[in-house]
Amino acid sequence: MSLPFLLEIGTEEIPDWMIVPALNQLQDMFQALLDQNALRGRVTEVDATPRRLVLRADGLLDRQADVEELILGPAKSAGAGAAGGFARKMGTTPDQLGTQTTAKGEYFAFAKRTQGQATAAVLARELPPLILKIQWPKSMVWKGKGTERFIRPIRWLVALLGDEVVPFEIGGVKSGNTTRGHRVLGKASIPVTIATFSQALTVNGVILSADERRERIECGIKAWRAKPDPDLLHTLVYITEFPTPILGDFDPSYLELPHEVLVTVMRHHQKYLSVEDADGKLAPHFIAVMNTEADPEGLVRQGNERVLRARFNDARFFWDQDQKKRLADRVEDLKTVTFQAKLGSYYDKTQRLVRLVSDLVRDKHAQRAALLCKCDLTTDMVKEFTDLQGIVGGLYARAQGESEEVAIAIYDHYKPLSMDGDLPRSQAGRLVSWADKWDTLVECFKIGMSPTGSKDPFGLRRAAQGVVRLIVEGQVPFRFEFVDGSLREFMRDRVEYYFRDVRGFAYDEVRACMAVFWDDLVLLQDRLQWLRGVRPTPDFEPIAASFKRIKNILKQASFPNAAVVSVDLLEPGPERDLHTEMDSTFGEPLESRIGSLRPRIDLFFDKVLVNAPDPNIRRNRLALLNRLLQEFSSTADFSEIVTER
Amino acid sequence: MSALTFQETVLALKKYWSDRGCIIQEPYDVEVGAGTMAPETFLRVLGPDPYRVAYVQPSRRPADGRYGENPNRLYKHQQLQVILKPSPADVIDLYLGSLQAIGIDLGKHDIKFEEDNWEAPTLGAWGIGWQVMLDGMEISQFTYFQQCGGFDLDLIPAELTYGLERIVAFLQNVDSVYDIVWAPGFLYRDVRLKDEQQFSKYNFELADVEMLWQLFDLQEKECQRLTKITGVVLPAYDQVLKCSHIFNLLDSRGAISVTERVGVIGRVRRLALGVAKAWMEELAGKSEAAA
Repeated sequence: MSLPFLLEIGTEEIPDWMIVPALNQLQDMFQALLDQNALRGRVTEVDATPRRLVLRADGLLDRQADVEELILGPAKSAGAGAAGGFARKMGTTPDQLGTQTTAKGEYFAFAKRTQGQATAAVLARELPPLILKIQWPKSMVWKGKGTERFIRPIRWLVALLGDEVVPFEIGGVKSGNTTRGHRVLGKASIPVTIATFSQALTVNGVILSADERRERIECGIKAWRAKPDPDLLHTLVYITEFPTPILGDFDPSYLELPHEVLVTVMRHHQKYLSVEDADGKLAPHFIAVMNTEADPEGLVRQGNERVLRARFNDARFFWDQDQKKRLADRVEDLKTVTFQAKLGSYYDKTQRLVRLVSDLVRDKHAQRAALLCKCDLTTDMVKEFTDLQGIVGGLYARAQGESEEVAIAIYDHYKPLSMDGDLPRSQAGRLVSWADKWDTLVECFKIGMSPTGSKDPFGLRRAAQGVVRLIVEGQVPFRFEFVDGSLREFMRDRVEYYFRDVRGFAYDEVRACMAVFWDDLVLLQDRLQWLRGVRPTPDFEPIAASFKRIKNILKQASFPNAAVVSVDLLEPGPERDLHTEMDSTFGEPLESRIGSLRPRIDLFFDKVLVNAPDPNIRRNRLALLNRLLQEFSSTADFSEIVTER
Repeated sequence: MSALTFQETVLALKKYWSDRGCIIQEPYDVEVGAGTMAPETFLRVLGPDPYRVAYVQPSRRPADGRYGENPNRLYKHQQLQVILKPSPADVIDLYLGSLQAIGIDLGKHDIKFEEDNWEAPTLGAWGIGWQVMLDGMEISQFTYFQQCGGFDLDLIPAELTYGLERIVAFLQNVDSVYDIVWAPGFLYRDVRLKDEQQFSKYNFELADVEMLWQLFDLQEKECQRLTKITGVVLPAYDQVLKCSHIFNLLDSRGAISVTERVGVIGRVRRLALGVAKAWMEELAGKSEAAA
């Protein structure tokens, strides 16, 4: 017999961004439970709202199959006494024992039969630990010290196998067949069967399917020219059980405020989608998504409009207040803004930024921007809308008559915000951005605050990634030559990661090039591109394999680097030919030398014994190989290339 | 139904929670930054004894003052604080019921619970919860306390904090808190505007920094002295509150540098943790005596 299964974990509102990862875990763990317990069946569906995680499966056995297992006992030659003991241990009598012949002889044996358990019993036992095993970014207890932990309190559980409840209990909540509807639109207690569950939720104001909720929002806003925002849409889908979008207005006079500020207020503080006019400009409307069916009297729209008005008024008030003190007059105020407890204030950081930028290039815009870039941290606007740091500084700089170059540099200096985010638009902006990130890295490593494992509270990996991109893609002329210790190791990893995972160079090519020299990332990039170009040529892999061999030979011989080849000691034939070819091609580009030298090297290894009996000759041959290796190692360490040989 | 006045709203909420087994307390009479800091919350959530209490707590945040010129920002606002220890299984329904009790028809509005965890490093306290949004406005903070004074809590309380000015401004549909009708014939401005103006001036311009530092030191010493003596946890805790408020005043005077800041927060925190420890020891002593 094959049965369907339904599980609903009913909770208080789960943070939207945690729901999908939790569902994935639930699905994987439940499928593993079915497989490990030989219950057959597949998970057919998982879905969720903020208040419920739901899993459906189908094709479960109603009980596990019985298992018969042949257990070998003592050798038959051990006699009846041994057989009796074995039978007792198996819980049976000697006449039930059989025999089994193996390579070592004949043994008593017992066919032990284990009865399969009822699926409901297995699930009742396994589900509570499984549910509590879901990993959450931050879990809680809701009864007291040492009690069950979950993301939010579990308030009800539906667990049905076919028509029967799978009985278990978590934190005092017993599983049953009763679900709950939407807090306002639905009933508080609804008996269900597997067949009626979906319908019961629908009539009680719950759209279980996230896809359907998304569709409902998208459908509702189609006519309103919403600015596309997939992340916010995802959030809205997962903070609602019955989403309904509404369109609200704000006074067009607020459009005089910077649009960055308006959008931030709407998006981050109110979770509103912005609306554009026919020309793609910000329009004086917003879209709020309610967690209910309708707004018949317009109260929800009015309420949201009122809140937004207050927020925009605040922003306008902050803007006006902030203009009373210019950014340039706020540098001193940075003494009271903490950068990091052990690293002092943003004033100290600012001094370092100015120095870093001045040491690197002469660019008066970049220097001015470095001096002013953190001053917006003291403004009311940024205190209220922290996401706008930098942007507000740039806008204020422009309003206060700083040059456009300085304004743009300040505006952009937190970029790139992600691995593929845009770099600052101007060179001055890239310089300040680099200085800001590099300073954070240097200072944090100085006090031992390097990232460990998944812990990276200061976002140093992202900062390092930004530094690498600013140098390679943003022409910031910084080299890592004076960087040492753990910071050097850390940066080396990030550089390797960047060229390999972001730029798609083969890992052995990255290693080969970095093994030689990586302080100058622009040069490194050139060499990588060269290597990538030359790699598919027919002579490349064989010559790389030869270099691996040469390196091993030199290593085994503990050969000193400085030895010079003595031409007189070269034996005519392949050895001398190789040397002649090396001399005659010296200074030519590597890619052409590879082709001309490869047959000579092959012939040399075929015909010449490096380990010659005469120590002078041997030393000379090693010197020849060493020179060859040196001449080819300025671009990449070819021995790092993985070859098929 | 026309909207309730400010005081009717307070009375309705007190009645609602009184009917659900809460002790109705009066505001604590030492300056605090939030209802959480009143001993009715900070100390009562510790230990194994159930407790239900509700009170209005005027909450002073000197740096938030705006001389009465900003329609939504106040140096002192009123919180209605409810502690339900242990948190009952229907706590959210109870909370929603309280909104209906003050005239909010949930069928006509949009209510959402959005993740917002709470943390007060100076109190060694944190919790998990939400900000409750009504038509896009935050009207309450809902927190399941997890730790207080550095102790894992024996019984998890639910803390409901209502921002009264916001809620009533919403119900009365006014854009400025000063336009709220407090009582018939009296607006919020009539009752409170002078406080905002005068205390903003004091907090930002006049408070004597030198004197405040001295007071901080004195009250810190007093707290440390009292923590060592049995049976005076409550007076010791008052000293913590005073230090905390002085810290806030110094902060609004711009008198605390970056390097000092961490240190001063640490001093308040140590006092709070010490008091919590003493309170727990007192509770343990009592249960031993009973056994």
